[in-house]
Amino acid sequence: MLDSKIPDGPLADKWTKHKDNVRLVNPANKRLIDVIVVGTGLAGSSAAASLAEMGYSVKAFCFQDSPRRAHSIAAQGGINAAKNYQNDGDSTYRLFYDTIKGGDYRSREANVHRLAEVSASIIDQCVMQGVPFARDYGGMLDNRSFGGVQVSRTFYAKGQTGQQLLLGAYSALSRQIGQGKVEMFNRHEMMDVVVVDGKARGIIARNLITGEIERHSAHAVVLCTGGYGNTFFLSTNAMGSNVSAAWKAHRRGSYFANPCYTQIHPTCIPVSDDAQSKLTLMSESLRNDGRIWVPKHSKDVEAIRNGSLKPVDLAEEDRDYYLERRYPAFGNLVPRDVASRAAKERCDAGMGVNKAGQAVFLDFDSAITRYGSTEANVRGIENPTAEEVRALGVAAVEAKYGNLFQMYQQITADNPYETPMKIYPAVHYTMGGLWVDYNLMTTVPGLYAAGEANFSDHGANRLGASALMQGLADGYFVLPYVIGDYLADDIRTGAISTDSSEFDEAEKSVTARIDALLNCGGKTPVDDFHKKLGQIMWNKCGMSRNAIGLREAITEIQALRERFYKEVCVPGRADQFNQELDKAGRVADFLELGELMCKDALERNESCGGHFREEYQSEDGEAARDDKGYTHVSNWEYTGVPSEAALHKEELVFDNVELKTRSYK
Amino acid sequence: MDFTLKIWRQEGPQAVGHMATYQVTDISDEMSFLEMIDVLNDQLVRSGDEPVAFDHDCREGICGMCSMFINGEAHGPNRLTTTCQLHMRSFKNGETITIEPWRAAAFPVIRDLVVDRSSMDRIIQSGGYVSVNTNGNTVDANALPIPKPAADEAFEAAVCIGCGACVATCKNASAMLFVAAKVSQLALLPQGQPERTARVEGMVEQMDLEGFGNCTNTGACEVECPMGISLDHIARMNRDYLTAKVANKG
Ligand SMILES: Cc1cc2nc3c(=O)[nH]c(=O)nc-3n(C[C@H](O)[C@H](O)[C@H](O)COP(=O)(O)OP(=O)(O)OC[C@H]3O[C@@H](n4cnc5c(N)ncnc54)[C@H](O)[C@@H]3O)c2cc1C
Ligand code: SF4
Ligand code: FES
Repeated sequence: MLDSKIPDGPLADKWTKHKDNVRLVNPANKRLIDVIVVGTGLAGSSAAASLAEMGYSVKAFCFQDSPRRAHSIAAQGGINAAKNYQNDGDSTYRLFYDTIKGGDYRSREANVHRLAEVSASIIDQCVMQGVPFARDYGGMLDNRSFGGVQVSRTFYAKGQTGQQLLLGAYSALSRQIGQGKVEMFNRHEMMDVVVVDGKARGIIARNLITGEIERHSAHAVVLCTGGYGNTFFLSTNAMGSNVSAAWKAHRRGSYFANPCYTQIHPTCIPVSDDAQSKLTLMSESLRNDGRIWVPKHSKDVEAIRNGSLKPVDLAEEDRDYYLERRYPAFGNLVPRDVASRAAKERCDAGMGVNKAGQAVFLDFDSAITRYGSTEANVRGIENPTAEEVRALGVAAVEAKYGNLFQMYQQITADNPYETPMKIYPAVHYTMGGLWVDYNLMTTVPGLYAAGEANFSDHGANRLGASALMQGLADGYFVLPYVIGDYLADDIRTGAISTDSSEFDEAEKSVTARIDALLNCGGKTPVDDFHKKLGQIMWNKCGMSRNAIGLREAITEIQALRERFYKEVCVPGRADQFNQELDKAGRVADFLELGELMCKDALERNESCGGHFREEYQSEDGEAARDDKGYTHVSNWEYTGVPSEAALHKEELVFDNVELKTRSYK
Repeated sequence: MDFTLKIWRQEGPQAVGHMATYQVTDISDEMSFLEMIDVLNDQLVRSGDEPVAFDHDCREGICGMCSMFINGEAHGPNRLTTTCQLHMRSFKNGETITIEPWRAAAFPVIRDLVVDRSSMDRIIQSGGYVSVNTNGNTVDANALPIPKPAADEAFEAAVCIGCGACVATCKNASAMLFVAAKVSQLALLPQGQPERTARVEGMVEQMDLEGFGNCTNTGACEVECPMGISLDHIARMNRDYLTAKVANKG
């Protein structure tokens, strides 16, 4: 039986009570305890820094050349916190409620409430570190609003919030490295978890510069290795983002929870050509001010596609602001899953505005006029000309989103101040991940997962600006408390030896795998397989899924995996810097995970959040949940063939919120 | 579009490197520079050769990983642009493009276009932070208002992506712009005041230890910096450094 270890008592008291009851490790003993943290994104950097400050001996790992380059650096829009600085009725409860509702009632109440509780401290902590959040003219912190909520609780640093937060955590981590309390291993990839007597006691890592295989032992291992959106090949994730660490943990006994919950982000730059290697997000914050539309009539779609009509010249009455039309209460600020499906619906209906028919407009014209008029008033300009208003409006929009507009222009060569942006949904985030209990421990004792790598807080759909919050909450404020409860048993254990049969076995299996990849003798580059997998996943396990497609996908992925091991070409040697080898190992794991994602999607006979099964929808095309059958977390235990994994359910109990049909109308 | 590529190949840190010439054809102008290299690498692997090693991750101009010296310029011909954000429309069909790694004593080559920039991490480890532990009991974030101009200027310094283009482009291989960006960010904020002096001293000392060269104010770094970090930050850092030295003597 899965025990989620949720403390009893009233929701709002659980975390406080739990903190008061967990066992502590005294400072002298902490020095004798080793903790490995894999990953240095928001979750990993904050965890490693905090654990080292507390006195544990920490080893941290990342595959990039510096901890500062983790994928978290790319987050743009912001981070939520229930500070209620705007006095718009926000509270811990409301952040909790919005997150539960946004997640379509598929997350754990106690975890989400804890997240909302610690959110405010994150902002305090980051400001103390020197994170330069945006401020208003009074010198106070500014907020913006994000999709799916009706308050402004998002803190931001222009379009570079992730960068600023990560650099804050990186500076804390650097301080500990400088003091010798964290030993940092850059350009190292975790290849396996080592389990000794049923407990996680270390990892096997590969030095990516020399190819050396290394053994590292510890009393606990924390995986902060990010999400698995790159299963789809094209996504907004960084090129190196991978599932390998989590997958190895899964193979060693950690259950994988809700793998089918993928977030497809509505506002990304559309695919431009076959060599496309990644997709670029245009931050959700843009939906605060941008209006999304397609033409109402096919003839105008044609004209726009062939260039004979400029989008700015299309009359207002011939435009379909479909989100405002379908969801008057939330308009352009509906949650991501809803916005993405609505874009797909219009493009499937033939209204897509680029050559491939897979794009909609995100238009800032009204915002420019609105801000321009306000600014003219502020400056006391009477009867400003249209040009004056525009110039002032452009400046205001530039101040808010300048770097995003610049990025858009660099990529597309279109000027978004003059013509609407073209956007389309893309894979962005994965709500699924390693199952963890309330203490963030996976089903393998001593093996923890934090940040995007775990499944815990976002249910079937994550609200914008909540991943950064979760990563830092886990790393700064949750793990440091909960891990002590487990480590308290280890104060007399002494250093864990790497000279054991378990380490031998793990190292051997790693070397054997590397040899297998290098010696396939095939001719096809790794990326070929990754792209094919991505196509299968996007077409059959993407924005909408159905049972027939999912069954086909499982068979196709199995066949592709078989071909991979026969036909892949991995040049070079094991004992050198070899990026093709790094990629091959990651793709091999995606080829297994993809199959499990399809299996999970097939098993969940309902639509919820990012998981939309075509068979389960309301008459007006909205997701139809089945609360009787599926108010649970689906946890998969590895048994060999991914689609034959064993299912273990964690029933979700809602004592504090009533399950409602999510409506943004 | 078709291109001739001249690329630095070097098998390992100790190996002798050389320039190799390759042809790529049918490149679309919408491709990014790195996607063009992807095409080359695909070609190389299919013909049984080893692909060109290069650093990259986000491909959005923010992680600071990509680092190519293109036609004699760090990150190529466009201003305020990282290698990954450079697109082939910035080149002429038929052009010969020369691609080399960052070159600096403090950035040894690992393989081909990949260099070791951990010296920059060590500079940050020598003081590029505010010494505050995480405990959730700091003051409320709004207890201390920060004037917007100071916050904005700190932000402009804080956007440095740590790519090292400033070093690669400097004839002295100086890391002044990188160091100044961090020193200046924290010097502009109230939270950075208590350690202001120790920070600048620690970081400058480490910079020297790592073998970065001296700053002779040529300003080349500012021109090539993809984030537009301004030379003003170097001026602020120099003032702080002098103050620190004077204070220490007294
Ligand atoms: C473009 C973009 C914009 C976003 N914007 C926002 C936003 O505005 N607000 C928000 O809340 N969220 C946003 N998100 C989501 C958010 O950025 C991520 O969910 C979050 O940063 C993940 O952090 P993490 O610490 O869990 O993992 P990551 O930051 O992904 O870090 C993973 C770490 O693990 C390491 N690693 C992985 N595998 C291995 C291995 N096998 N061995 C060794 N090391 C390994 C990596 O080196 C890295 O250090 C955005 C995401 C994207 C893609
Ligand atoms: S100052 Fe500019 S060029 Fe130098 S490391 Fe920072 S971003 Fe790169
Ligand atoms: S790859 Fe991240 S900045 Fe270029």
